[in-house]
Amino acid sequence: MEWHVKVGDHVQEDQVLADVMTDKATVEIPAPVAGTVVALGGEVGGMLAVGGELLRLEVSGAGDATEAPAAKPVPRLREAAPKPDSAASPRPSAPVAAIEAAPPPAPSRPAARPGPPRPPGEKPIASPAVRRRARDAGVDLRLVYGTGPAGRISHADLDAFLRGTAAAPVAAAGRVAISTVEEVKVTGLRRRIAQKMAESKRRAAHFSYVEEIDVTALEELRAALNAGAAEGRPRLTLLPFLMQAIVRAVADFPQMNALYDDEAEIIHRHGGVHIGIATQTPSGLMVPVVRHAEARDLWDCAAEAQRLAEAARGGRATREELTGSTITITSLGALGGIVSTPVLNRPEVAIVGVNRQVVRPVWQAGQVVPRTMMNLSSSFDHRVVDGYDAARFIQRIKALIETPATILIEA
Amino acid sequence: MAEIGTKVLVIGGGPGGYVTAIRAGQLGLDVVLVEQTAMGGTCLNVGCIPSKALIHAADVYDQAVRQAGSAPFGVRVGQPTLDFARTLEWKDGIVGRLKSGVRSLLKKNKAKIVPGRAVMLDGKTCRVESDTGTQMIKAEHVVLATGSVPASLRALPFGGRVISSTEALSLPEVPQRLAVVGAGYIGLELGTAFAKLGAKVTVVEAEDRILPAYDAELALPVGRRLASLGVEMMTGASARGLSPEGDALVVDRGGSQVRVPADRILVAVGRRPRTDGFGLDQLDLTMDGAFVRIDERCATSMRNVWAIGDLTGEPMLAHRAMAQGEMVAEIIAGHRRVFDKVAIPAVCFTDPEVVTVGVSPDAARKAGHDVRVGVFPFQANGRAMTMAAEEGFVRVTARADNHLVLGIDAVGAGASELAAGFALALEMGARLEDIAGTVHAHPTFGEAVHEASLKALGEALHI
Repeated sequence: MEWHVKVGDHVQEDQVLADVMTDKATVEIPAPVAGTVVALGGEVGGMLAVGGELLRLEVSGAGDATEAPAAKPVPRLREAAPKPDSAASPRPSAPVAAIEAAPPPAPSRPAARPGPPRPPGEKPIASPAVRRRARDAGVDLRLVYGTGPAGRISHADLDAFLRGTAAAPVAAAGRVAISTVEEVKVTGLRRRIAQKMAESKRRAAHFSYVEEIDVTALEELRAALNAGAAEGRPRLTLLPFLMQAIVRAVADFPQMNALYDDEAEIIHRHGGVHIGIATQTPSGLMVPVVRHAEARDLWDCAAEAQRLAEAARGGRATREELTGSTITITSLGALGGIVSTPVLNRPEVAIVGVNRQVVRPVWQAGQVVPRTMMNLSSSFDHRVVDGYDAARFIQRIKALIETPATILIEA
Repeated sequence: MAEIGTKVLVIGGGPGGYVTAIRAGQLGLDVVLVEQTAMGGTCLNVGCIPSKALIHAADVYDQAVRQAGSAPFGVRVGQPTLDFARTLEWKDGIVGRLKSGVRSLLKKNKAKIVPGRAVMLDGKTCRVESDTGTQMIKAEHVVLATGSVPASLRALPFGGRVISSTEALSLPEVPQRLAVVGAGYIGLELGTAFAKLGAKVTVVEAEDRILPAYDAELALPVGRRLASLGVEMMTGASARGLSPEGDALVVDRGGSQVRVPADRILVAVGRRPRTDGFGLDQLDLTMDGAFVRIDERCATSMRNVWAIGDLTGEPMLAHRAMAQGEMVAEIIAGHRRVFDKVAIPAVCFTDPEVVTVGVSPDAARKAGHDVRVGVFPFQANGRAMTMAAEEGFVRVTARADNHLVLGIDAVGAGASELAAGFALALEMGARLEDIAGTVHAHPTFGEAVHEASLKALGEALHI
């Protein structure tokens, strides 16, 4: 959905007001009459019920004269921060409200109120209607000043709090408590991620398994391959090696490369290994899919993963490229951390997380040696994958990576 | 076995349960309500409504008897007679009308009623057993609204002459001698009604005064009226059991045993939550004494299992259950709600009636407030005089510092109807000045609220 007009705009009859996406298509909504936009009924990305108010137009005519004053923005009290020179002035009351900016008819009210809204432990006083509005807006009335008698919180006090113009309690000199709350609409990809992640956590019985892996040999091999690579070949990262290791490991553990249809209570074990690669994009997490990793060699995997990551980041990934994975790899790269607890990309039953590589002293063959170590943090759906199998699966991957030649040898 | 699935399952068709179902239906939620006996619960069938009908009939009879005697208003009538069967029939008619009203409201709002006994198997599944078969119900949300039952005494188990409030509302005739154990609001409401209908009533109370849950000032006019009706009050006395012959209540009063001959013994020592018989133990919910523990959203310790009404604790009042039910339905529909009421009014339909909203002066002082209290007696109220109902007063309690009204109580004829204004004042956060600045219609009982507020401000006009 997109707005073509904003509040205050004059529109002509049939001028396009907004694009509205229905279940089936995006349609343009024209203005039925000429007039001035006084209110928009929704935000971009929001959903409106059929019959809901899309926008409000004020038509010019006789009624205009009486409505005009209401449309004029009410002068707001601005709270001025203490000016540098006033700090030096003998008056200790530092915060000054710019009441003089308000026209005389506006009822003056105290702007800066030092301290909390009311003594600790006292309940805020507000009518049921104000309480309900506050609840709907997610506002804790204990934080709201009441300007009414006995400190009663009026609708206007709540409005002021919601606009963030209510005077903040002044704590120590120079430091001001901030009581503004910014509302960020969860729409689009973010909403999709929120739903998918919550659904996964709600339905799958997650457990995570962490194992440390010696990647010294792999790193040596990787460096050698990259150094000797022909022109035009992609630079190998750890990712394609891990993908190849997973392809080999799932051959022995087909239950890991599976989709669990928990409604039908059927596990679909896939022959093809379609590896989702969790990718951070400017608009949020996406999981482009390297299809048929089992049919690709190391360089092919590397090239495809790189192409998909760029497509996803550039917003060019197609629907087909973003669906159909059977197992997922998640890596935070340089930010990898020591351990993570990945959330399953439901209906998959396994996700392999890559943590940071670090050179550590390791006790090996009677002496301490520097080795490049890395953790794999993986999560499984315990409804269909038992801990024993998960551990053996990861041990298999560990063995493959620690002796990287085995990844490359054709079975 | 038939199985149905629903979004909301309500266990219990009392005021809490049926309101939940109606609101849920209004909000477009799929809702099933299971009721074991009669729609409307205790309130409609064996509580609020039938008792008020009986009390009203008793009042009318009592008025007629008094007019036949001294005719203070100059209205001369003959000696009245009581057709108690007709009284009960009228009472049952009202109950029937209200029950069918509840049914049609549920139907209008598309709530499905399943008659039978509900047994929870887990937090989402319920088996309903009825004469016609067994039905399984699976629900996303379960609202427990099973209410309460009269508490019994070990020394006086229900049966024979020993009855609960339920039986007292359907006695075939007015007992000649009625012993009431417990001088709380249920015992006194029914005791007063039967005294007016001609029974010789004795009230036995373990505490040293009547209406121990209310403050003494409010109970005084009630005590005076009971005395004038010839009700014998035995306070500081405990019921020991039936006499060996079974025709009297044995009472221990200060160490000596007293026989109270009685045709019926009404045990009204409170109510206990109905926690048995619907599989509550299968849910293993966190309890709060005998009650199911809930938070400010009426959520129990199990996700998506909610509890409302008498099952969840004091005050065990229909209007609390209804407000909770309304809220729970809205929460299930996705609204943000908490039970943040300032006050829940409580009414005692004795003669005169007692109503309390908010806190009493003593309770306010105990909570650490300096208070201003204004009391206005109905003796100084014109309307009360014209109705020969001068007993009682209105009392307003407010904070001394900012005059915020903390409580309004009243005792007097028809005082229950004042509860609406009292509750509104408290919920709106009224100060004494707000009530004092509101024009109250003359001549009405309500003027006493205005005057009590003025008095608390030191500005009373009519006293």
